[in-house]
Amino acid sequence: MTDGGPMAVVQTRNLTKVFKEGQLGAVNNVNFETREGEFLVFLGPSGSGKTTLLRMIAGLETPTSGDILIGGRVVNDLSPRDRRIAMVFQSYALYPHLSVYKNISFPLKAQNVKKELHKEKVEWAASLLGIGALLERKPRELSGGERQRVALARAIVREPAVFLLDEPLSNLDAKLRASAREELERFHRRVGTTSIYVTHDQVEAMAMGDRIMVLNKGVVHQLGTPTDVYDNPADTFVATFLGSPPMNLVELGDVIVGFRPEYFRPASASTGDSVPFRFKVENTEYLGSEWIVSGTLVGGKFEGRKIFSRLTAAQDLHLGDTRDFVVPQRELKFFDRTTEKRVEPRVLSWQ
Amino acid sequence: MAVARTKIKSIGAAQSPLLGAAMFSPAVLYILLLVAGPFFLAIFYAFSDARIGNTEMHYVGLENFRSILQSPSFRVAIRNSLIFTICSQMVVIIGANILAISLENTFRGRGLIRFLILLPWVAPIALGAIGWKWILDSIYSVITWVLVAAHIYKPFSAPMWLGEPHLAIASVLLVHSWRMMPFSTVILLAGRTAIPKDIPEAAAVDGAGFWRTQLQIVIPMMRPIISVAVLFGLIFTFTDMTVVYILTAGGPFDSTQTLPSLAFTMGIQGSDLAAGAAISLFLVPVLVIIAYFMLRVAHRAEVN
Repeated sequence: MTDGGPMAVVQTRNLTKVFKEGQLGAVNNVNFETREGEFLVFLGPSGSGKTTLLRMIAGLETPTSGDILIGGRVVNDLSPRDRRIAMVFQSYALYPHLSVYKNISFPLKAQNVKKELHKEKVEWAASLLGIGALLERKPRELSGGERQRVALARAIVREPAVFLLDEPLSNLDAKLRASAREELERFHRRVGTTSIYVTHDQVEAMAMGDRIMVLNKGVVHQLGTPTDVYDNPADTFVATFLGSPPMNLVELGDVIVGFRPEYFRPASASTGDSVPFRFKVENTEYLGSEWIVSGTLVGGKFEGRKIFSRLTAAQDLHLGDTRDFVVPQRELKFFDRTTEKRVEPRVLSWQ
Repeated sequence: MAVARTKIKSIGAAQSPLLGAAMFSPAVLYILLLVAGPFFLAIFYAFSDARIGNTEMHYVGLENFRSILQSPSFRVAIRNSLIFTICSQMVVIIGANILAISLENTFRGRGLIRFLILLPWVAPIALGAIGWKWILDSIYSVITWVLVAAHIYKPFSAPMWLGEPHLAIASVLLVHSWRMMPFSTVILLAGRTAIPKDIPEAAAVDGAGFWRTQLQIVIPMMRPIISVAVLFGLIFTFTDMTVVYILTAGGPFDSTQTLPSLAFTMGIQGSDLAAGAAISLFLVPVLVIIAYFMLRVAHRAEVN
């Protein structure tokens, strides 16, 4: 970092965006604060407001109410150019008529950086992303992965205080996505700039995020480390949105009890204090390293409830079998039945 | 499936060369009779001494061209044709860009304004030009009336919009611009909406203001579509004689003649078919150049 100044934290206070008056907001009362240099992921289904939130931070969308702070300063009224942010768009939004060199130097020109410095800075950014050989090409002559690198180089070249990334991997095919993800992680470790990354892909979120903010319908459901949101979901939405297949939920009295498919196992394999179920196998999927078994609970209060199990071996389970399964007591998560929020574990009568 | 296939076969032009030729013939006839025919006739006349009302015709070589090149009216006409075409296109492209930018975002009444802007294009050009003839009339001009009412000019000393050579040229030029503006605006608006919203937003985040975004990103990206608008505008204006003919009929003193209007004045009104044909042939090289560029733009659009 040369003249980029200090890195910055991004903070919002009761940030709200209502597109049409009288309608539910796209973003409702969002409060969060990034940490210095962290990689924060906004995770949510489509329509959850994550992109709107990011666009408000970028200055492309005006908040209906609330404040955005970057580096401790309220930036609501600043134009994007004055916020010292850089954004990588889902489509990369490279300028198609400009060469890679001119794409990368455009922010320098736009910010009136001295002309003598352009070449050096562009070359620095290009070498950081390994695209030094592509500088004379036009965007249409590049592959998807190369375009992403150009977009990143264009973002990094003026050394922004904050990086905003809007689903930058969603345009890549599955194979390229894994390597591009790894590259992004390495890139972030190298530059260490505070980054906010929007995605609907929980695998990306879990793999890349220092912390994950789970959003739905414009409301923050949980902000925590990947382990936090996976192991200690704050409510049933987070519990079912993360994990594939999602957490199993069964209703019991005034609580909802949840358990991850990987802890729903045949009784023979269990040790210690656990809750027994009768489970009828209805479908099995072999995924190479694991099996996904789905079926319904039999008997008791949960007759007919659909349940997933994730097992390392399931060769001896046959369609139509009814077996004894168990869940370790300590792996049960409890949610309030009306608020759907997490509550303290309690002793329940299972029969 | 089988039914559909035989059906397609029965109407397939490839299977029936006669049907194909029949479908194709209107276009060929149209081009032969209304484009190629008059064009070769004009070349033929240009080397003759054909006159209206005279059945005899002789080959005179380059005589017509020699006398035209020496005529001062012809030189004025060439100059005017170039001035009208080039200047009005500059006015049109700047104006159409401004209109397209302001009509891009939604606001109340945008539909109405778009409709009003398109009106000059859908109205017959002769009617529009007659309207302007009244607006610029030496006695009844509303513009003059407003200027007099505002005490900028005294009555009777007000400018004669179509009666003084320089003002007449400016008037014709502006009416041409008014005429072409809607067409270009619609083309440019379409070109603008084709640019992904991400791109100007990326420019904004990169730190570019309004002017830089427009001049260095959006307008360069629209270059192919702007070329289309300009090339069409050039052809429409360069070959047009309605506006000049109705507003000034080439006057005063041939000061607003253009190549098409001079060809008409000399060839039809002046009965000198040969001279008219020779004059109109001077349009050809310019139109060939424009056509070449149009084909190139079209080809590029295909390739990309």
